Amino acid sequence: MAPGLVSAVLFATVVAGTPLILTALGELVTEKSGVLNLGAEGIMSVGAVAAFAVTIHTGSPLLGVLAGMVAGMAMSVLFGFVALTLQANQVASGLALSIFGVGLSAFVGKPYESQTLESVPPLKIPLLSKIPVLGHALFEQQALVYVSWIMLLAVAWFLYRTRWGLVLRAVGETPVAAHAIGYNVLRIRYLAAMFGGAMAGIGGAFLSVFYTPLWVEGMVAGRGWISLALVVFATWRPLRVMLGAYLFGGAMITQMFVQGSGLRLDIPAQFLSALPYLATVVVLVLISRNRSTIRLNSPASLGQPFMPDA
Amino acid sequence: MWLRIEPRPEPSRLMRYLSPLLAVALMLICGMVLFKVLGKSPVEGFKVFFLQPMADRYSVAELFLKATPLMLCAVGLSVGFRGNVWNIGAEGQLLVGALAGGGLALHFPNSQSPFLLPAMFMAGALGGMLWAAIPAWLRTRFNANEILTSLMLVYVAELMVSWLVHGPWKDPDGFNFPQTRMFQSKAILPVLVEGTRVNAALVVALGALVVGWIFMNRSFLGYQMKVSGQAERAGRYAGFSARRTVWLGMLIGGCCAGLAGVSEVAGPIGQITEHISPGYGFAAMIVAFVGRLEPVGIFFASLLMALLYMGGEQAQQYLGLPYSISKVFQGLLLFFLLGSDVFIHFRLRLDRGRK
Repeated sequence: MAPGLVSAVLFATVVAGTPLILTALGELVTEKSGVLNLGAEGIMSVGAVAAFAVTIHTGSPLLGVLAGMVAGMAMSVLFGFVALTLQANQVASGLALSIFGVGLSAFVGKPYESQTLESVPPLKIPLLSKIPVLGHALFEQQALVYVSWIMLLAVAWFLYRTRWGLVLRAVGETPVAAHAIGYNVLRIRYLAAMFGGAMAGIGGAFLSVFYTPLWVEGMVAGRGWISLALVVFATWRPLRVMLGAYLFGGAMITQMFVQGSGLRLDIPAQFLSALPYLATVVVLVLISRNRSTIRLNSPASLGQPFMPDA
Repeated sequence: MWLRIEPRPEPSRLMRYLSPLLAVALMLICGMVLFKVLGKSPVEGFKVFFLQPMADRYSVAELFLKATPLMLCAVGLSVGFRGNVWNIGAEGQLLVGALAGGGLALHFPNSQSPFLLPAMFMAGALGGMLWAAIPAWLRTRFNANEILTSLMLVYVAELMVSWLVHGPWKDPDGFNFPQTRMFQSKAILPVLVEGTRVNAALVVALGALVVGWIFMNRSFLGYQMKVSGQAERAGRYAGFSARRTVWLGMLIGGCCAGLAGVSEVAGPIGQITEHISPGYGFAAMIVAFVGRLEPVGIFFASLLMALLYMGGEQAQQYLGLPYSISKVFQGLLLFFLLGSDVFIHFRLRLDRGRK
């Protein structure tokens, strides 16, 4: 393969993996606090449409991303109210958030369907972007790509190197103990869920403002669900999220890869499009087949409601 | 002074059945507010969205037509949900069922046999079960979470439909539209009421509700699943197989969803296209919850959900609102239901004096 193609494929892989990293990192922190929010798909959709609309009206992608973030947080507060305050079943609440979010985004986004944004020029990092092959792929990206890397390190540092990270993990493992020594379990879970919502909102914003850049109903296309699977794949460890995200990112751009490789393969487009979904299933199976891996790594109280007074 | 929720000594049976009504009422109020915000008259919006779909004989028949696949999917799903089997991929199982049943119709374009339709339903049920068997197998054999795997297979099923109607199954005389030939008359469900579109699939759906009721309430197997679902340890202690619960929950869900798929392609659509289902498989989850996982409840809940679908169409036609407004209502309904369900196990108390 020509170096130009390698570089292009790597570049596209990084781009496709970025919304997954952002969303999965947020979900990871949420799950570490013991909250299973299956609403990532809905949050990303709402984040994407909010970001797109604000960018169209203000002309500022930055404001757009902020709008996506705020919309994502609002969605997670809605989830928190039902699943944490009212203690509804977290699986059902998450499904509700996904159905509601996908529907709401389609409804709100209708007037924006025919509009397009100007593509935002990438942020070139001096010197590093001059590296052959890798420079273009890694260091001539959108600012949010670098943000995703920074967040990756920040989340890893927060969870395992800070006191509040320890508290958050304690809340996810044994909320009763955390409560007993005086931590407000519900507040911490709310904050963790809101962080997850903010990140998924940014993930959605990346899709609609930088990746495509346009809004179409259903454009999130399962990326929220794939991000959930990614957290399992990463066995709840931040740095492994990156590996998984680029793996799935690679699966998403196979079409480009096959076309560019010059191989005369007669594969229907739908088969290639199905790859990321099939890859998700395969990866889930490979990780989950070892029951103890899942048991040892998943937060012990994941999905369990907690009632402070009971 | 604060409102505080505190546990009830016993779950309230009354609230269990009042909660869906409360949720519907809240959804209606929220809907009126939404119409107001969108600059439409709330009363007009209410009429168009919720009353017009029940205005005349034809509309009521359409309501039953749309409720049919919802009933089928929801009754199958509720068997699984009772056993804590989270099959959220009914949409995909519906599509594969439609492909299996519809494929049979396309394969016998000249058959005059009266058994063609029953055979299509059989094929559809098998197709749906096959698609549901994948997450069941992955869950029981490899411990893979059925929520994510069943959902991923929805996307795969959609792409499979897309490939077939763009490729091998495309109607050669169809001006290149992505759709198959129209089914021959023997493969189309007979209409029940002259002048409407409501067809024999409704009978199949009602039958499924009855069978579902018997299975859930009068069979030992149904009881085992319920115990396993509600109290996993008790179920294990009694020797009820958790694997069997997963398999049965998934397969019954897939079977019913597959039937629903056939009811669509052999009913109102009459061919296979890319738009077989407007999310019936997902809406059916809401139907199952609102119907309290009970066939009688599901009957009414599926009519309500059909109303939301038709209301969306009406709102698009008469109020110029996007069709997706019905999805917003669906999501709201489920949220309000989950919120109202709190009062089954908890009650509100005024909390005076204490912080």
